[in-house]
Amino acid sequence: MTSDIMIPFYQALTEDVTALSAPQDSLQDTRREALERFAAAGLPTLKTEAWRFTNIQRFLKEYPYEFSNTPATTTANVADEAAIAGLDSYRIVLVNGHLQASLSNLPEGKGIHIGAMSASTDAPGFSKWFNQQKHLSTESLANLNTALFADGLFIELQANVVIDKPIHLVHVYTSDRHAFVQPRHLWILHKNAAATIIESTVHPKQEAVAFANSVTEVVVLENAELWHYNVQQGAENFRNVNTTAAQQGADSRYHHFSFTLPNTPLTRNNLSVILKGSNTETNLKGLYLATGSQHVDNHTFMDHLQPNCNSNEHYKGVLLDTANAVFTGRIHVHQDAQKTNAFQQNNNMLLGDKANINSQPQLEIYADDVKCSHGFTAGQFDEEAMFYLRARGIGEESAKALLVNAFSHDVTDEIAVPALQDYIQGQIEAIMNN
Amino acid sequence: MLTIKNLHAEVEGKKILKGINLEINKGEMHAIMGPNGSGKSSLASVLAGRDNYTVTEGEVWFNGKNLLEMSPEDRAREGVFLAFQYPVEIPGVSNINFLKTAVNEVRTYKGLPPLEAKEFLKLTKEKQQLVDFNTNLMNRSLNEGFSGGEKKRNEIFQLAMLNPQLAILDETDSGLDIDALRIVSNGVNKLRDAEKSFVVITHYQRLLEYIVPDFVHVLYNGRIIKTGTKELALELEEKGYDWLKEAEHEKESV
Repeated sequence: MTSDIMIPFYQALTEDVTALSAPQDSLQDTRREALERFAAAGLPTLKTEAWRFTNIQRFLKEYPYEFSNTPATTTANVADEAAIAGLDSYRIVLVNGHLQASLSNLPEGKGIHIGAMSASTDAPGFSKWFNQQKHLSTESLANLNTALFADGLFIELQANVVIDKPIHLVHVYTSDRHAFVQPRHLWILHKNAAATIIESTVHPKQEAVAFANSVTEVVVLENAELWHYNVQQGAENFRNVNTTAAQQGADSRYHHFSFTLPNTPLTRNNLSVILKGSNTETNLKGLYLATGSQHVDNHTFMDHLQPNCNSNEHYKGVLLDTANAVFTGRIHVHQDAQKTNAFQQNNNMLLGDKANINSQPQLEIYADDVKCSHGFTAGQFDEEAMFYLRARGIGEESAKALLVNAFSHDVTDEIAVPALQDYIQGQIEAIMNN
Repeated sequence: MLTIKNLHAEVEGKKILKGINLEINKGEMHAIMGPNGSGKSSLASVLAGRDNYTVTEGEVWFNGKNLLEMSPEDRAREGVFLAFQYPVEIPGVSNINFLKTAVNEVRTYKGLPPLEAKEFLKLTKEKQQLVDFNTNLMNRSLNEGFSGGEKKRNEIFQLAMLNPQLAILDETDSGLDIDALRIVSNGVNKLRDAEKSFVVITHYQRLLEYIVPDFVHVLYNGRIIKTGTKELALELEEKGYDWLKEAEHEKESV
């Protein structure tokens, strides 16, 4: 594969996309089809329904990005910045999506396959599951990722494999030049397998800006369980479009958490879950804490195909300064999906005078015996609570930090890893006291 | 310790306090009684620094410092404590974490190091017993789902933990059954000492059977219209407030 494509990035995306010829590998056909879909649809505009409130083109034009597929490396010191105090875990370090084995400590054992995507195309699960989640092909930037990604992390856990400790996946984004990087991951948990994956990001201080367009495919098969935490530690020199496409088999459990913290000017999280078996449980929890002129867009889709499934979605936002957030919660309950329970909540604290939230639930229900609900709130600090805390000697800033932590507790209380829970609560406190 | 001079305050343009004068010395227990709407709770709120009240005239000095110029948190750190009539429920803030934050912020203000976890726990255990405060409530969210009695006991427990110089109890007795009233009063009595002063705001003489005041003041229409000793409370119980109100109106019409 050619490493860096030296034509103006934005021009290539909008005018001459065929110049980005697909690389010669076993995925050639898949890549070519994805590129054709991308070329046909073009980049999303504000007229694209799913992108009405996020002007992605403005962010793509912001810097003269280059496609960067060259493996980059980092140092232990940089990777250690992602450390979570008290967390006993395996660690996997990816630099711009490329596995850096020297800094990684992988779980090993029978039935565990963890490695670079580029080295895993022969794995049994790869051809069966790669790019099979149907919502991927309708998302323009996901098609671009499929067409041109270089590498990422492949995980396949065979039946009954239970990983004993969380896997801490540290993403380092670094480049000398403004770079457009496209990590691609595929994680498959076969029957009865179980794992916890915590993703963190590290951004070394540097002039160049990294724009990540990453895609993670998650396959949780029969009675398997995945706890998936995505901690988005922000940085000024980062732009993040993160697509997670999950599918679940019967009796499986998938718990997805996203924590979007300050500084990254653009965050777009696409999250779609397709329920292909019955009797599943899905928890989608989000917390976004945005400052400055940050833009955070959580775009979620729960696709209920099968009966007797439960999904519970709760996104909470704290918006300071002129931060802008978007939440879209689409729930599609198909005709066969009787006895579905699908709940959705989006609550916000608008603490900046010019902070803004656009929240839109989209419920499409074609079955008649279901329980579905959605709710939205936007509010400020409770004056009575503030006075009560201050009347006990707690300063205004600490009182605010306590109340923001309290507001977040429906999400943070659900974190099943105590060290991560402490870490997130500590982050909230530090941000509010700053 | 506390000197209130000619204090006038209003809320949303409505005059509530119309010239309060009160002197409280170390170790004294003052009761403030009066009919509904007389300004009792407003006085407590103004002293604690609730910001919807505007002080239009007068002064409040606490240990030689101008109380009215301080933020609510600084008043608390200086040693003024308000036990709320309606303690606020704050889901998601655990009682213990709240207390630890409060105790340590007050200590930091006084130039003391934060309490070690072990010392804090010891102090908590000791003070809990004062008001028979259930340990299970410690780890629950602050006041969330507490019964009326549990909330009031929590106020007195916080009072014990923060150990202020001046405690203002705003209708702490309201809504309590006789057992809870006894527990709360016993807690307050155990906290009484020569250094600490109390202002007990109440509508009922009943509380004063358990907490015996040195002085009783009657607040009516934003002013203290009568001051006496504990016998005054008994007289009020017997005769109600009307005789005082009438006397006050006669004075005004002169």
